[in-house]
Amino acid sequence: MTTPLLQVRGLKIGATVYPPGEKPHDIEIVHGVDFDVEAGKVLGLIGESGAGKSTIGLASMAYGRGGVELTGGEVMVNGRDVLQSNLRDIRKLRGAEVTYVSQSAAASFNPAKRIMEQVIEAAVLQGKFSKSDAEDRARALFDKLGLPDPDHIGNRYPHQVSGGQLQRCMTALALCPEPDLVVFDEPTTALDVTTQIDVLKAIKDAIRDTGVAALYITHDLAVVAQVADHIMVLRQGEMVEYGTTDQIINAPQEEYTQALVSVRSITHEEKQPTEPVLRVENITARYAGTKFDVLHNVSVDLSPGQTLAVVGESGSGKSTLARVITGLLPPRDGAITFAGRTLSPDQPSRSLEDLRELQMIYQMADTAMNPRQTVGTIIGRPLEFYFGLKGKEKQQRIQELLDEIELGEGFQDRYPAELSGGQKQRVCIARALAAKPKLIICDEVTSALDPLVADGILKLLLNLQRVEDVAYLFITHDLATVRAIADSIAVMYQGRVQRYGTKSEVLTPPFDDYTDLLLSSVPEMKLGWLEEVIAHRKMESAGN
Amino acid sequence: MHPVIILVAQRLGLGLILLFAASALIFGLTEVLPGDAAQAILGQAATAENLANLRAEMGLDQPAISRYFQWLGGIVTGDLGNALTNKLPIADQVSRRMSATLFLAFWAAIISVPLAILLGLIAVRYQNRWPDKLISGVTLASISLPEFMIAYILVFFFAVKLFWAPSFASVSPGMPLLEQLHAISLPVAVLTLVVLAHMMRMTRAAILNVMQSAYIETAELKGLTTFTVIRKHAFPNAIAPIVNVVMINLAYLVVGVVVVEVVFAYPGMGQYLVDAVVKRDVPVVLACGVIFAAVYIILNIVADVVSILANPRLRHPK
Repeated sequence: MTTPLLQVRGLKIGATVYPPGEKPHDIEIVHGVDFDVEAGKVLGLIGESGAGKSTIGLASMAYGRGGVELTGGEVMVNGRDVLQSNLRDIRKLRGAEVTYVSQSAAASFNPAKRIMEQVIEAAVLQGKFSKSDAEDRARALFDKLGLPDPDHIGNRYPHQVSGGQLQRCMTALALCPEPDLVVFDEPTTALDVTTQIDVLKAIKDAIRDTGVAALYITHDLAVVAQVADHIMVLRQGEMVEYGTTDQIINAPQEEYTQALVSVRSITHEEKQPTEPVLRVENITARYAGTKFDVLHNVSVDLSPGQTLAVVGESGSGKSTLARVITGLLPPRDGAITFAGRTLSPDQPSRSLEDLRELQMIYQMADTAMNPRQTVGTIIGRPLEFYFGLKGKEKQQRIQELLDEIELGEGFQDRYPAELSGGQKQRVCIARALAAKPKLIICDEVTSALDPLVADGILKLLLNLQRVEDVAYLFITHDLATVRAIADSIAVMYQGRVQRYGTKSEVLTPPFDDYTDLLLSSVPEMKLGWLEEVIAHRKMESAGN
Repeated sequence: MHPVIILVAQRLGLGLILLFAASALIFGLTEVLPGDAAQAILGQAATAENLANLRAEMGLDQPAISRYFQWLGGIVTGDLGNALTNKLPIADQVSRRMSATLFLAFWAAIISVPLAILLGLIAVRYQNRWPDKLISGVTLASISLPEFMIAYILVFFFAVKLFWAPSFASVSPGMPLLEQLHAISLPVAVLTLVVLAHMMRMTRAAILNVMQSAYIETAELKGLTTFTVIRKHAFPNAIAPIVNVVMINLAYLVVGVVVVEVVFAYPGMGQYLVDAVVKRDVPVVLACGVIFAAVYIILNIVADVVSILANPRLRHPK
């Protein structure tokens, strides 16, 4: 038997944490992990945030992000233990034997340098290729990765190409020095669902054609199922399960893996439209100082106590629609009727009642809360502002709301930094509910959360809808979520409503080309799905 | 039109407006000072009659607004007026003095700017280790001491004890360059020490800020050495803040050298201004004020323009 390319034994990783109000201390974040990657094979590392996936991936390059320290075990690359190597040898390994593709190519390319210069830098510096050979190789890789104008795209600066293209450039950067192993760290997570497919296919083909081995890190099991030979499931720094892709997807052994594999467990009976609480009519809008409309004649209705899902890729105008409804961006044309009243186009001239009945929850719960206020203060503010509640009455109502979002006692005095991502989003929900709204606009509220946590939030939202009879305008790019909770759906594309109706109407064929593209792009947890989809596509993604 | 050209044109326009505003302010301030040029000239001999006569002769009896525009018109056409004390044209004096000041500032800049940036890079490379702390400590100490103090300390050691350099920086037009440099070596050293800390600390802070970026991690994972990462990936993205602080310090080298020029009896603009203030020579004070304002504004425009040009998003729009 040949030695594996990458052999990890008993890998332990520690970090120093600085909890508020306590002394800094060391904790262990990866507790002894073992795995192998054979030459030319792809191992998928999967798990929720905090599982230690990226940390383990970077450990194969002997790199610890921030205060992370590789404290124990062996990481053998080509038979050498990189944890025992000196810095000079590690530098020879990085960018030559092992390379890295990060989640956000937009942040990982130096904005001040041309793409080509950055793509060939490691290959030339490590003495693998001469400058002109490296450039030829880069152009061939650009071509292989399906980038437009592969001969000249390298002359551009990073901001001059789209996010999907830049992610392919990053892959070219990683493949240019002919490495033995590439660490892909969530390479498609930041992309639109329709763009993700193309990049995923490009990466998969490039891995196959170059025969390079890869560590593919993601939280999306359906994505990793398309590219990996083996999958390792991680949780809180420990291995949960390891097996071939087929076995993990089709016959998971551990309960945790089964939960990851199982399709969303939410059931929601679709409701029929009634007299709408929100009526958006022929809205056309543009941002100040620009010369083109971002919304064209958008009309949608939302019935009381129901959910309207607005879906589309980034740049389709979903969030702009929310800004128009909340009055942050007065439209150029059209009207909004809410609870039988015509809403004033700009927010400052709306009545207190209008403001109270129309609440909003945001994608980043982190930035939507004042980090220096306690949960009690955050939820108490709308109670004071809209209802004039004080003292004991207010305390009591805050606790009721905390019970409603299933957090219970003991949370009033905590600060946002002491909460998990899911708990923070729950507090934001409670803050919106405190105003007793008729409508809550939910802008990508589950996008930043791990799948299982997101599931919990969606269930909570549906429960609250039943109890409080609140309507949701649910903005998302995630079609699985839409299927789970929507009563009606508006598909948006380049500022227009492409398709609109009840959920069953919208999701029943025949589809228009764009809806078809969008629906078919949602990764499915089965082998060979990627190739099937690519073969059946009728149009290209706009953000490509 | 290319957006960079528009942005640069805007900056130039703004600079021009700012210069007019500064000239009005300077003129206004000398107006509100008690006494005027006529009083200064006559001194003890000032009777009401004499004053009125002299004011009429010098045009000081006209309203301030019309005198301002007369004065402004003179400046725009290059005529700074005549000094009160010796009746000579100010422009001649200024050009001689200015070239002396620029000579001093130039050599101080040539030494201090590259040195500050290099020290900043080294401080980043050895962040929180002894070279960083040594550099920060020494530069902080030199910026904390008053410049005349540094000047006298240097004079004491290098001029009085060691005889390496003259304590009076007397430069005459016919001198060979090397002798001139020898003459100004101490003032240049003082100025370098004074401006070094500010620029070095800004370089360090700006680069450390950039070092947090994801693309620095990319560069590290390419196997580049730390110094290459700083030089090739961090520095180009830190140019804008560094240039800003460099320009402020260059302006200081031209405008703020009054103390150093006086200590070393160097015949530059600073000396000229101090003399004029002592003698209440208002036209000279006005001229110096406007020139100093212009130097500040021009160097700041240069900093703005460099910042614009350093931004690839502006240089290469989509």
